[in-house]
Formats: sequence, C-alpha cells, structure tokens
Amino acid sequence: MRLGRAMVLMIGWGLAMPAAAEPSADRRIQLREMVAQDCGSCHGMTRKGGLGSPLLPELLSQVSAEGLIETILEGRPGTPMPPWKSMLSRDDAAWIAAYLMGDVK
Amino acid sequence: MMRGLLVAALALLSACVPQLRGTGDLGVVVERADGRVLVVESTNSTALATVSGLGDLSHAALVYSRDARYAFVFGRDGGLTKVDILTGSIAGRVVQSGNSIGGAVSQDGSLVAVANYTPGGIKVFDTATLAPVADIPAIGADGKPSKVIGIADLPGRKFIYTLYDAGEIWIADLTDPAKPAVTKFTGIGKLPYDALITGDGRWYLAGLFGEDGIALLDLWNQDKGVRRILDHYGKGAVALPVFKMPHLRGWAVAGNEVWLPAIGHHQVLVVDKTSWKETARVEVAGQPVFVMARPDGRQIWVNFAVPDYNVIQVIDVPSRRVIKTLEPGKAILHMEFTPRGERVWLSARDSDKVVVYDTETLEQVAELPASKPSGIFFTSRAHKTGL
Ligand code: HEC
Repeated sequence: MRLGRAMVLMIGWGLAMPAAAEPSADRRIQLREMVAQDCGSCHGMTRKGGLGSPLLPELLSQVSAEGLIETILEGRPGTPMPPWKSMLSRDDAAWIAAYLMGDVK
Repeated sequence: MMRGLLVAALALLSACVPQLRGTGDLGVVVERADGRVLVVESTNSTALATVSGLGDLSHAALVYSRDARYAFVFGRDGGLTKVDILTGSIAGRVVQSGNSIGGAVSQDGSLVAVANYTPGGIKVFDTATLAPVADIPAIGADGKPSKVIGIADLPGRKFIYTLYDAGEIWIADLTDPAKPAVTKFTGIGKLPYDALITGDGRWYLAGLFGEDGIALLDLWNQDKGVRRILDHYGKGAVALPVFKMPHLRGWAVAGNEVWLPAIGHHQVLVVDKTSWKETARVEVAGQPVFVMARPDGRQIWVNFAVPDYNVIQVIDVPSRRVIKTLEPGKAILHMEFTPRGERVWLSARDSDKVVVYDTETLEQVAELPASKPSGIFFTSRAHKTGL
C-alpha cells in the first residue's frame, strides 16, 4: 500500500504528469510549517487528531493518494475540513499527501 | 560602617528569602511548539520564568486555581499539568486521557474538570492533589462516543459542556463526587464547535458548524430547554471556507450585547442579550477567530483565521465601526486584556514574540520574545465564571 502511493507520486513527479512538480525547497519549508501549525489547529501538531481526524500514515493508507489530494484541495463539505485550493496548488497538495504518509520528509 | 553592614545583611537576607509578591498582575503565555510556558507580569511587561515539560501544547488552554497561584494546563497529549506561577515550577502532572481540549475549575475551587476529545468525556480531579475524582464518558443518544467541547463551571459543583458529534449539552453535578448526576439536553443542532457562558452564569451558547445559528440554554430556566437563535444569519450568502474554528470562550459581552464571530462569513454579529435577536453585523477582514471585548465593553478586538491572521481589527462599540486595523506581527493567535483593560497582549506566533498595545492610543508599548507563542492567560480569569 505504502509502496503503491510512493510509486503514484514518483510517477506523478517524474514521468507521467509534468504538472506534478515537487515544490521548491523554500516552499517545502512553508508547507511543513503549514501542516504543523494550520492543519495542526484541527488535526493536532503531532497529527494525532483533534476536532479533525488523526492524520497518521496507518489511517491514511486506507485512502488513495488522489483521494487525499482531493480532500486537501476541495475539503469535505458538511464537515469542518475546508478546501485549501486558494492557498495550495495541486503540487503542494500532492507533496503534503506524501509528507503525511511519511513518503517524503 | 553600621549602614554598610546593614545593607550587606539585608542583601544576604533577600537572597535567601523569596520576595513576597501578589499574583494579580501575573499571567502565562503558552509556547506552543516547545511544550513550555512563560510566566509573565503585566505591570512592567516582562517574563519572570520559563516552565517546561508540559507535553504537546498544540491547543493548550488553561484555567487558574481559586487563589490565582496555580495554572492548570490542558495539553493535546491528555496531560494535565499544575504549574505554580510563583515559583515557576510544576506542582503536579497527570496524563489523564488521549487528547484534551480544555477544562474548568468548580466555583468552590475544589475540582478541576478536563474535557476530552478521545476518548470523549470529562474527567474530574481534586485541585489540591490531582487525584482522580470522577470519569464521565460522553456517549450520545446515538450510542456513540463524542468529543467534548465548550466546558465551563456553573454555580455549585457543576460543569456544563457540549458533545460535538452527538449535538448535546450536558450538565454534570458533582455535589456528591462519588455519584455525579448528569442532566442532558439532546438534539441541540449539528456539530456544535465551541460554547461560551456569560459571566453571570445564566446563558450558555453553543455555536453550530453543521447548520446556521446558535443553541441557547437559559440556565435559570432549564425546563424551557435549548432554543435556537440566529438561525438565519448565513442565508443568501455563500459560506466561505473556515480555515480555523472560531473560539467562543473569551466571549465578548459589551453592555447589553453579545458580539460573536459569524462562521463562514467575514462578519462579527451583534446580538441583543434580552431578545436574543441580531441587532447589527460588522464586516471585518477575514474569518473571525476570537472576538473579545475590552473589560469596559467600549471596544471589541478581533483576530482572524489563516490567511488573514496578520491583522487585528478594533471595533468601536457605540458606532459599531472598525476604527483601526493593526499589523502587530505574523500569525496573531490570541489576545488577552490586562485585568482593567488599559493594555492588550497579542501573541504573534510566526514573529516569535508577544506584543503589547495600549488600548487608548492603539500604539505598541512593549514586546517580549517568545517561541511560537499561542494562548495568553492572565490570572484575572481565576475569578470569572466560564474562564
Ligand atoms: C477547521 C478544521 C480543519 C483544518 C484547519 C484542517 N482540517 Fe483536515 N479535516 C478536518 C475534519 C473535521 C476532517 C474529517 C472530515 C470527515 O469527517 O470526513 C478532516 C479530514 C482530513 C483528511 C482526510 C482524512 C481521512 O482519513 O480521510 C485529510 C487528508 C486532511 N483533513 C488534511 C488536512 C490538511 C493537509 C490540512 C491543512 C492544510 C487540514 N486538513 C486542515 C478538519 C480540518
């Protein structure tokens, strides 16, 4: 499962879709900070959950990478999970999904 | 000669005998990322001590003991830490659950109740010893465990709180701690995200996320049950994303009006406390998070969710106009007025500092370095219901 996701992302970044480029090093610093702080306000700074669900690799592995990216960009209507597409590009969201899974650091 | 000796002797004495001081101008600033708090004083705006080892403070809230000497800090890791702010040390710590969000101290000061997300419920401890006193799981009418939010103390040894998933308000009466009696109000509305109690202990308001409006309970007339107010406020306008949940605790009651953050709208709502009807709404710079009244009720200060969290707006109550937009630093997470409101302290998380403003001139008057500061709590909260 984990391998599967890593592969999807590698394919996304490396081969198939030129659009899915890895965010720059500076942007990655911002994104890590954003996950800890801004996502952390609902999911906890250690991602063990709060008002939002826990975002731990064991649990997320049940969702497809595409599903995670979709949730991050579009939110989950009817729940407090907001759509982040005004602040995050698809590449950012793909990187965050991989980061949450522990596939990138 | 004599005098010189005397001075030397006095200096020696004061080196061993701790200086006596009150706690009325003291407070605590949470350093979110480091599991640490700063003890501060608001007379000269300085930090007095650093206390570490408090665990995960990503959503740290705290309440004060009746004597305003101890802060009970609730951590995201379920830790409950009793901090002695006079000595700047930890007086006790228990890890009581998986994930706590806040708590309250009973009117008589004997009990501290912790509200938990997982497993949902409240746990009650003796404030003197931190010994467990009661454990009340929050299982909703649907039979499922629920996260608990919006806890506050009520007159008597009672606590009121809200079940987020189940949409219920519960009152736990711990007059006999061995046999807590729970009164439940069910079906109050979808996804209540936070609640507040007015300072007189009469009105409990739970904000709803899953639908428009606020669930209102009159604690002097509990037989009337929970009613819905402001159920129209979002009508006709597309709801905007809410990147951070507004906080209702730290409520703003100014005169006969309650000022509340709208949810999904960049507005602050003004509600008459007699009719519970909306009397005005004020357009603001983003999704409001904290809407707080200066202690005299003359101004309302508002901070915002990401991406608008670098500004603070000040609203003049009589004219209901934004009179100033300030940029005190990056990512303003919280604000706290000094007890009588001549100053306000703001935590600028991404600027790693706490900034102090004069509330009359609206100019910055001091700043203190702090590592990723979040909540600021002054001891004046010790003597207020619901804080
Ligand atoms: C205002 C609160 C809030 C914030 C802020 C927030 N989330 Fe969420 N998030 C939620 C809630 C609530 C859920 C659960 C939704 C549900 O019940 O389906 C959720 C669900 C998710 C899920 C799906 C988890 C699963 O198991 O399917 C992902 C992924 C996620 N959030 C990522 C993020 C990221 C990344 C950020 C920051 C950019 C973020 N969230 C910020 C509230 C929030």
